[in-house]
Amino acid sequence: MDFSALSPVALIVSLMVAATPILLAAIGELVVEKSGVLNLGVEGMMIIGAICGFIVAVETGSPWLGFLAAMAGGAAISFIFAILTQYMLTNQVATGLALTLFGLGFAALLGHSYAGIKPPKFGKLDIPFISDIPVIGELVFSHDYMIYISLAIIAGVWYFLTRTRGGLVLRAAGENHDAAHALGYKVIRIRIMAILFGGAMAGLGGAYLSLVRVPQWTEGMTAGAGWIALALVVFASWKPWRIILGAYLFGGITVLQLNLQAAGANIPVAYLSMTPYLVTIIVLVIMSADKKRASLNAPACLGRIFHASN
Amino acid sequence: MFKLERRPTPSKAMVVLTPVLAVVLTMIAGGILFAILGKNPFEAIRIIFWDPLFNEVVASYTRPQLLVKAAPLITIALGLSFGYRANIWNIGAEGQFIMGAIAGGAVGLAFYPTESVLIFPLMVLAGAIGGFLWAMIPAFLKIKFNANEILVSLMLVYVAINFLGAMVTGPLRSPVGMNFPVSRNFNEYPSAYNGELIANTGLHMGIFVTLAAVIVSYILLKHHIFGFQVRTAGQSPRAAKFSGVNPNITIAICLGISGGLAGMAGLFEVTGPAGKLSTNFPLGYGFTAIIVAFLGRLNPIGITFAGLLMALTYIGGELAQFQLSVPAASIQVFQGMLLFFMLAVDILVTFRIRLASREVA
Repeated sequence: MDFSALSPVALIVSLMVAATPILLAAIGELVVEKSGVLNLGVEGMMIIGAICGFIVAVETGSPWLGFLAAMAGGAAISFIFAILTQYMLTNQVATGLALTLFGLGFAALLGHSYAGIKPPKFGKLDIPFISDIPVIGELVFSHDYMIYISLAIIAGVWYFLTRTRGGLVLRAAGENHDAAHALGYKVIRIRIMAILFGGAMAGLGGAYLSLVRVPQWTEGMTAGAGWIALALVVFASWKPWRIILGAYLFGGITVLQLNLQAAGANIPVAYLSMTPYLVTIIVLVIMSADKKRASLNAPACLGRIFHASN
Repeated sequence: MFKLERRPTPSKAMVVLTPVLAVVLTMIAGGILFAILGKNPFEAIRIIFWDPLFNEVVASYTRPQLLVKAAPLITIALGLSFGYRANIWNIGAEGQFIMGAIAGGAVGLAFYPTESVLIFPLMVLAGAIGGFLWAMIPAFLKIKFNANEILVSLMLVYVAINFLGAMVTGPLRSPVGMNFPVSRNFNEYPSAYNGELIANTGLHMGIFVTLAAVIVSYILLKHHIFGFQVRTAGQSPRAAKFSGVNPNITIAICLGISGGLAGMAGLFEVTGPAGKLSTNFPLGYGFTAIIVAFLGRLNPIGITFAGLLMALTYIGGELAQFQLSVPAASIQVFQGMLLFFMLAVDILVTFRIRLASREVA
């Protein structure tokens, strides 16, 4: 086995790239769950974002427009979920599953003539001299723009949820929807907005996959990333900052196993490819084992249907 | 504006009518989709729903396929329906299906080339155990550590897919397969082959298991204490606890049944219609079965009809792919829409839709 090709700096940079899709999807889902809704359709919204972003970026030549389209696409498909669960009072678990199945199919339909195309290149931060500083320049000042944006989104969500009135109302809807309703807050409207935000973020994460990380369109390319993002929310105990920690941990494992594959480790490739999924299970088990702590952080009304009787 | 008004009791008529309504709505929405794709919507719907059964040219080939495709869907969906009634969400049936096929297939291949009538039953048993044990992982982690069974069972699908890859490139690779990642062909090994019992009917041994599963599920659900326990556990977990239902046992049984059935379905599929283990073996039956379970209203009889209907869309979808050159994914979209509509019209069972203006007057 040859480890000399693995430089720690390059590893960290690539783990951040690997982590960003699930980081974005997870922060969106965190807001959704904080409002009391469990949307299991993250995988479907991500792949819709991946193809919408890819198509628009290829057709216009602008990755930025692609990312915008991905957010619009993710939000649009999450709107189906919002209407069904908030107005038609459907079971959230089943509707989320439906969203994933539908999204995977619809994305494949949209993208069937886009396989094998290279998307336009997405820019990187390049400040003269500063980006060229050895190690620090590479680690801090020369990522692609979306990595900085994703971290800014985390900070923004943290600020919104904990420091603003809007965030307080959103959390109230998630903790006790009847009380929030009695106080005159529009529970349904709050939840729909949260679901749309979640859809937009999942879409953005998906587009990061198809435009930056891979970068290419292949059917079913999210390969469970949406589900890992869902697990990440549990791992983070519904706290925005911990999403970064969790996402970079998963990114690290993914990059490490890919590098082991490339280095020709003496383990069949298939077993290495399993590791991110196995680690997700192990992390879930560890985080859920303490029942008291798990229930302390989870929004009390998570997944419960709200129907105002008058 | 419309207003929702809760019915005093759920409407019995709507329980039967809503799946039909969902299918009709899906046909309309699907027609619009095909029109957007530039195909004649009426022709597309006819090709998907009518031709597989009644077209003179293709029906002799497609009709037997109906049972072949419906059997695994119904078998898996029946297993899932118990858990879904009890709010236990096993969505990893695809993984249990794969592990059943690997376990059962491996047992059969271990005996190659010995011929014996005992081999196939042993393989079926191994398939069921493989799926059962794979489903016991989320059950155990849920009971012992409170880990969410949705995420764990789903993650295990990806683990199973990779495990299948490891098996067909490693221990189970065919020695005569020129190094391709495939196992030995089961149709070259009579004792392990699940062939057609009557030519051109699609009838294979798995279908009897499906039939038995339908009958047993019906009895369990309607006339056995277990059915009652599952229903109360879903509708009111507290009430279930008071009536002496142990939630942990319910979790283990529900996941166990669905895993075992999915595993058996996998074994029958790999030894018959699929013919061999390969990385192309998983076809997504485990996921489509979720749609079947809901479309059939988690009721064994309903699931049987839903499974046949979903098999029809698979076969009709393939026909549409050949004849109209629509992308393969459009049928997946079609199935997704069906589940959306099914969930949406479900509201008519417990609620009445009224015009709000009448309320004011």
